[in-house]
Amino acid sequence: MSASSLIEAVQARFPSAVTASHAYRGDATVILRRELLLEVARTLKDDPAFLMNFLMDLTAVDFSTFGLTASPAFFASSGVAVSPSSQIPDQDPWPGPPGTARFVVVYHFFSLPLKHRLRVEVPVDEADAEVDSLSSLWPGADWLEREVWDMFGIRFRGHQNLKRILMYDEFTGHPLRKDYPVNRRQPLIGPMN
Amino acid sequence: MPGTTARSIGSELSSEAGFVTSRLEEAIGWARKYSIFQYPFVTACCGMEYMATACSHYDVDRFGAGLPRFSPRQADVLFVVGTISHKMAPVLKRIYDQMAEPKWVVSFGVCTCTGGFYDNYATVMGIDTIMPVDVYIPGCPPRPEYVLDGLLKLQAKMEAQHASGRRPIAELRPEVNL
Repeated sequence: MSASSLIEAVQARFPSAVTASHAYRGDATVILRRELLLEVARTLKDDPAFLMNFLMDLTAVDFSTFGLTASPAFFASSGVAVSPSSQIPDQDPWPGPPGTARFVVVYHFFSLPLKHRLRVEVPVDEADAEVDSLSSLWPGADWLEREVWDMFGIRFRGHQNLKRILMYDEFTGHPLRKDYPVNRRQPLIGPMN
Repeated sequence: MPGTTARSIGSELSSEAGFVTSRLEEAIGWARKYSIFQYPFVTACCGMEYMATACSHYDVDRFGAGLPRFSPRQADVLFVVGTISHKMAPVLKRIYDQMAEPKWVVSFGVCTCTGGFYDNYATVMGIDTIMPVDVYIPGCPPRPEYVLDGLLKLQAKMEAQHASGRRPIAELRPEVNL
């Protein structure tokens, strides 16, 4: 399925769950309401029209400082385009950050039999940072969700073992949150430097 | 013992009777610097350069350091090769504590020397904040020639220290409240 027809198929199946969508150069993205994530994910995995049996990635984005400062153009001098080329029209552009929600949990699904992929984004508020766990559907989600919990402090309802995976138990806070100072260290031994 | 070698450690060859005299500490220091049993504590990309140095092209065995031991209790020199995270630091310290005296520590690569380009929540800003270091080999990663130069400096240090194995205390860094 192409990106646009994949988005249309998901929208037709779950008109109340999909709040927005966009596609950029063949990469389809749908933005879902949090309450219906588990139901949509189950259909994406098992329905013969989708068969998304591979959870390629699961991560999160903290949008709390998005747009406050100009982003550095890391590749401006290297000749790599930093903004979408006008030669390739962006028909269905990114709608921007998710309004009032601070976090977005991002899922990348791929169908090995049908060879199509879909990105699913779920906006999450800071006050109630919790989404349903997908570890019952894709066992590989187990460690990825633990990483998101460790780095961003987003909880996953129904996860069997939601504890830190990268940082040590004594660590406090979630280091990839934008309000975690970039060089605050919490050494187990040795001086604070 | 060949005469040239005996002179190099400061002893005098006595006629043709087949024995030499030397100061014991010098003889021990000379022996130690050519029998370096290293413990490679390899955590990151510097390990590739460590392997390049250890293999036949650069042949670290020319300096008597060709036999790594993977037990700290059998090792003399701790090669800390690669970035050390705060999660890893207690493990590294324990490895160091398990080594028998005399022991030396080589800081291999800029991440172990100073933290390198990492300045974040995860990385130890130089292993000399948690243990004494004898030789620093910066570089990202250091070339094998640079590593061999560091190894020669370590040999000089081993020889000069004789049997004592004493080191200067690591420089303490000021505490910073963040």
